[in-house]
Amino acid sequence: MYVAVKGGEAAIANAHRLLADRRRGDRAVPALRLDQIVEQLGLAVDRCMGEGSLYDRELAALAILQARGDLIEAIFLVRAYRTTLPRFGYSEPIDTGAMKIERRISATFKDLPGGQMLGPTFDYTHRLLDPSIVGEDAEVPVVREAEGEQAPRVTDLLGRQGLIEPDGELAEGEEVGDLTREPLDFPLDRDLRLQALARGDEGFLLALGYSTQRGYGRTHPFVGEIRIGEVEVEFDIAELGFAVSLGRVRVTECQMVNQFKGSATIPPQFTRGYGLVFGQAERKAMAMSLVDRALRAKEFGEDIVAPAQDEEFVISHSDNVQATGFVEHLKLPHYVDFQAELDLIRRMRAELEGVE
Amino acid sequence: MTTGISAEQSARKRALDVLAAAPAKALAERWEAFGDKPGHQRIRGPETGLVMVRGRAGGGGAPFNLGEATVSRASVRIVTGEVGHGYCLGRDLDKAEAIAVIDALRQCDAAKVDAEIIVPLEELISTGDDKRAEETAATRVDFFTMVRGDN
Repeated sequence: MYVAVKGGEAAIANAHRLLADRRRGDRAVPALRLDQIVEQLGLAVDRCMGEGSLYDRELAALAILQARGDLIEAIFLVRAYRTTLPRFGYSEPIDTGAMKIERRISATFKDLPGGQMLGPTFDYTHRLLDPSIVGEDAEVPVVREAEGEQAPRVTDLLGRQGLIEPDGELAEGEEVGDLTREPLDFPLDRDLRLQALARGDEGFLLALGYSTQRGYGRTHPFVGEIRIGEVEVEFDIAELGFAVSLGRVRVTECQMVNQFKGSATIPPQFTRGYGLVFGQAERKAMAMSLVDRALRAKEFGEDIVAPAQDEEFVISHSDNVQATGFVEHLKLPHYVDFQAELDLIRRMRAELEGVE
Repeated sequence: MTTGISAEQSARKRALDVLAAAPAKALAERWEAFGDKPGHQRIRGPETGLVMVRGRAGGGGAPFNLGEATVSRASVRIVTGEVGHGYCLGRDLDKAEAIAVIDALRQCDAAKVDAEIIVPLEELISTGDDKRAEETAATRVDFFTMVRGDN
């Protein structure tokens, strides 16, 4: 039973005013602008878009500013905002094969068509703090003639030789699941798992991916390819009778190539895990691909022995907005519930004392 | 789908693709500089909503819902009667409406609109793409093999 308790209005109003003050901080320090956050904290913006599940860099920057840099709070704000807008429809699936590539690496093939492009990466930096970047302009990037060579997905190269399982098609008559429209009903198809993973918490998926590497549901992964860049979003316009591009979004894709599966009729093939995330979010895309593969255990007849293979466990706990909502609700008044507990423990102790 | 559309539709699509991809500021400047802007009446919007962006499992497999994006759209009728539609990512209602008017106007005088708006914007986008591709190309790894030992 819930009993309404009134009071605290003035305290709440003043607390929010104090929050606004602390958010702004020392007035002698210039206030941040959204374009500064978009341009200079771009990966925080990307994480907020990915887990907020809403591609809009400026909105994500606003959320980060309003949340004082608390990314889960910012993601919460973005999720709340999206519920205020009408849904125009679903895009055509993006074609990552036609990406304007800004980074593309493979850990499985040294030489591959289109080459390996490091792009703007933290890899191979020394992880030494560099005070010289503060307030300084960076040097302009080096340029080199682009060869305009096609860069096919590495998995497609392996696929041509039949060495890897195909991508898999949507079953006849199946609709693409959408967890923002229908509540989840386990067991899930892979499309719903991928949607949940794409918006799932990076830290949670990172830890689960790591656990598979450490032996809790081992999958023997190799990074077939990571690519980052912009892709066109095509949308079918009913009034026109054809699809047009709405513009481009930047995404990160990770193709994880895992150890074999075969059968009496199919010779052994590499299996796959897939990661696709809004923005530049390489760690998240890698973790997603590891967890995607681990969650396909049942499909491959593997024993389900580890947390990362347990679909209901993983997907029910991957959403950080849900998680924070339930964890943080514990700090709200539970006075009546606790009174009941107090009564109970007093009675138990009284009974025990009566026995002695 | 874009397969099986006529040449005229294909040219209209190309123009709409370019307008959506164009930076709002560059589009506004081009539109500002364009003479003889027709009066127009709003049929729908401009309004902002969401499109659920889809990916494919493995890159080429079954579709799944990746996440939403903000999209603005507008439909207008210009004084000469043509109806235009504008769609673009983001929340820029002015941009969506400008695209719709340009789309309508293009049905009267495609050559002028293409020459003064579409082609210059396409070049601007392509210059930006080339620059980014060249910056990326400079980070391409040139592998070489080191011979170790002499026997």
